[in-house]
Amino acid sequence: MSEPLAGCGPQPGLPRGAAGQRDSAAGRPGPPLWLLLELTYRCPLHCVFCYNPIDFGNVGRELATGEWLRVLEEARALGSVQLGLSGGEPLVRDDLETIVAAAHRLGFYTNLITSGVGLTETRLHALRDAGLDHIQLSFQDSTRQMNDFLSSTRTFELKSRVAALIRKYRYPMVLNVVLHRLNIDHVEEILGMAERMGAEYVELANTQYYGWAWLNRSHLLPTRAQLRHAEEVTARFRERVGSRMRVFFVVPDYFESRPKPCMSGLGRVFLSIAPDGIALPCQAARMLPDLTFPSVREASVRSIWYDSPAFNRYRGEDWMKEPCRTCPERTRDFGGCRCQAYLLTGDAANADPVCELSPHHHLVTEAVERAGQAEVAVERPLVFRGKEPLRG
Amino acid sequence: MADIDTAACPAIGRGFRLQWEPAQEAHVLLYPEGMVKLNASAAAILTRCDGVRTISDIVADLERAYAICGLSADVCAFMELALERNWVELRG
Repeated sequence: MSEPLAGCGPQPGLPRGAAGQRDSAAGRPGPPLWLLLELTYRCPLHCVFCYNPIDFGNVGRELATGEWLRVLEEARALGSVQLGLSGGEPLVRDDLETIVAAAHRLGFYTNLITSGVGLTETRLHALRDAGLDHIQLSFQDSTRQMNDFLSSTRTFELKSRVAALIRKYRYPMVLNVVLHRLNIDHVEEILGMAERMGAEYVELANTQYYGWAWLNRSHLLPTRAQLRHAEEVTARFRERVGSRMRVFFVVPDYFESRPKPCMSGLGRVFLSIAPDGIALPCQAARMLPDLTFPSVREASVRSIWYDSPAFNRYRGEDWMKEPCRTCPERTRDFGGCRCQAYLLTGDAANADPVCELSPHHHLVTEAVERAGQAEVAVERPLVFRGKEPLRG
Repeated sequence: MADIDTAACPAIGRGFRLQWEPAQEAHVLLYPEGMVKLNASAAAILTRCDGVRTISDIVADLERAYAICGLSADVCAFMELALERNWVELRG
């Protein structure tokens, strides 16, 4: 993970603008400026790169409307101000308008992160009246659908319709496209489509490997040559369109030599609430072992944020091992991503192996090298995120 | 600075919202997935960008409020920066 407000699929970036705030000298963490409500794991799509937990069907029942409203009030009282509404597909919840209205009244800046499926004019009208500030439209289609989509089939019509609605209601057109080996060669077509839709911002976010994407990593990791090509195409496109459209290209961190400052440090600015009320310092953190994440059903947001062992576990630097512990970069990258360290090395307190200083860096470079080989040894067939959790 | 028309009326840009945040003891400017924490002078200028007052009005108002003269250059410089970042847009 890395981008607090990233919805299903994509990810990273920093909490733009709010990143890098230092904790107070006394060491007490600042407020959770960013609040992400993952309202549901239900979703009409079945994306192979989804970062939702692969056993999401085992997650307990979703919070009721009143419980979400209480979370909003408590978090706002602490100082939360940017709100992401995500999932799953948040439009699956028929109380989304009620939640947006309450958030707006409380003074949140409300961001809806959606695939657009279910965004009818009636609902958009109601959401705007409720005070919705921003919509990020993601292309979260599965690979097969993405191919259909690129060849102008039904999905394209749906997205075009939704894009036209977004423009009609005077929201900026912000598109997010998740890239991986199976679609990264189509960047030119993707950008062309975004241009035709009147996009003002496009984020080309390379897949990061958590949840379903981790399961499918050997299918999804692009080759270096693909990545280079996509970056060249993007650079040419930027030159052509100038300031009319801004394109962000998020490089997959496996190709970097230093890790991303994941979440600007766990427990520093970002608080995510899962559909069942479990509070997390990052959407993917549920996988971290030996931590019991508290539920908003049982504790106040204040006590969860400031006092719970789970939120304090990776604050500060005491948990760090070498090479992070003495590394001058530690105040900037916080040792990278705990989930990635855990997935790759089995210990969440290790340096993120994306870092070339990590003794486990070879795990990343080997995966990249394997992706570059003509015949990729695939461990298992591509797994589409189901409506049901993965079994066996 | 000569580029700025002081008879124009600045307003907070589309998609941006200015508000006081008690937890940060500061005004902040909110925008899609982002936030800028404002210092006191930026906040003093932006809170006056209501789409009705001209830049000249804002300068005069600030000079009165803070009992200082010659703020025009500073306000215009800030306005250029704010326009460049789409924090404000000019009307009329």
